[in-house]
Amino acid sequence: MAQQLKWQLGTVVEIRQETPKVKSLILEVPGWTTHLAGQHVDVRLMAEDGYQAQRSYSIASPPEDTYLMLTVQHIEDGEVSPYLTDELRVGDRIELRGPIGGYFVWNARDEKNDDSPLFLVAGGSGIVPLMAMIRHRANSGDKVPTKLLYSSPYHEEIIYREELDHISANDSSLRVIHTLTRRQPQNWMSYGRRIDRAMLADTAWRPAEKPLAFTSGPTTLVETVANYLQELGYKPECIKTERFGPTGGRTV
Amino acid sequence: MKDNDLRLDGNAAGGLLNEIFPFEMTTAEATCGGCGTMKLFGEVMFYRHGMGAILRCADCDTALIRITHVRGCYRLDLSGISYLRIVADIH
Repeated sequence: MAQQLKWQLGTVVEIRQETPKVKSLILEVPGWTTHLAGQHVDVRLMAEDGYQAQRSYSIASPPEDTYLMLTVQHIEDGEVSPYLTDELRVGDRIELRGPIGGYFVWNARDEKNDDSPLFLVAGGSGIVPLMAMIRHRANSGDKVPTKLLYSSPYHEEIIYREELDHISANDSSLRVIHTLTRRQPQNWMSYGRRIDRAMLADTAWRPAEKPLAFTSGPTTLVETVANYLQELGYKPECIKTERFGPTGGRTV
Repeated sequence: MKDNDLRLDGNAAGGLLNEIFPFEMTTAEATCGGCGTMKLFGEVMFYRHGMGAILRCADCDTALIRITHVRGCYRLDLSGISYLRIVADIH
C-alpha cells in the first residue's frame, strides 16, 4: 500500500526529566496509526520568518501505548533539541511526520525472529529506539533471551535507569549490562570503559546462537560495535545499525 | 570532527525519500551501479548537507542518489543505481 506521510500536529501531554540533559516528551497525536519498535519520526520547527529546521527522533514508546513518547537529548548549539528540551511546555504543539523506517525495527510477533536472541548495544541516547523494543517485548510477554549493553558517561546520565532496573529485575530473560565511561560510583560492579572488543566478546551471544544485534548511538560507537561483532563471527545482515551522527543527536 | 562522524544510516533518509516516493523507502533494495552490491536503503550510508543529501553505497562509496530540494523543486541524480526494487506493501 502506497503511503505518503503527512505532517501532523502532536500535543505535549507530559514532559519527563530523564537525566540532567534528557527529557521525554509524551505526545498525543490524533489519528496516529501505531508504529513498530525502532522507528522514528521527523520533527519540524518553523520560525515566524518561515525558517525551518528538521530533525529525526527515535520513538521511545512501544506500539501498545496510546501516546507517543520521544526522548530528546539537549545538544549545545543544536537547532531543534534546545527548543524541545527547554522551551516546550505541556499543551504546546509540534509538527511531526512518521512513523518512518522499516529496517531498524523489531517486532515480537514476527515469526522470523522467534529463535534469535537479541543483543542490543546503545551509547547515550541511542538507547531510545532499543527502549521501544524492550518495552514492546515486555508488553507482549515475549521471552526471547535479550541482553542490553549500554554505555553512558556518568551514572546520573543513564537514561531510563530505574525502568531498566525494574524490567530486568522482573524478567530473568533480560539482562542489562552498563558501562560508565567517564566516572564510576564507589562500589560500581560493572564495566568502566568505552565499549571495546573484549567487552563485546564477554557480553555478546555466541554467533552459533543465531543472535540478532541492534546497535544505536553516536556514529563512531555504532561502527566500532558493528565491526567488532563481525570479527566475532556475527553475520553482517544480523547486525542492524542506527547511526545518530557525531554527538548522539541525529542531525537530519 | 571527521567527516565520517556525520555519516548516518539510510534509515534516517526515510522521511525525505517519502516526500518523493509514496512508499516506505528504507526497505527498498538498491543495486549499486559501481560494485553491484544490493542493499536496502536503510542499510546504505547517508550524508545530509545544507545543499541536499547523498545516499552512498556502504561497500564502495558510489553515490547512489543525490537529492536537492531548492525553490520547490526536487532534483535527483540516480546514475549510481543500476536497479531499484520497491516493496509496496510493507504497511
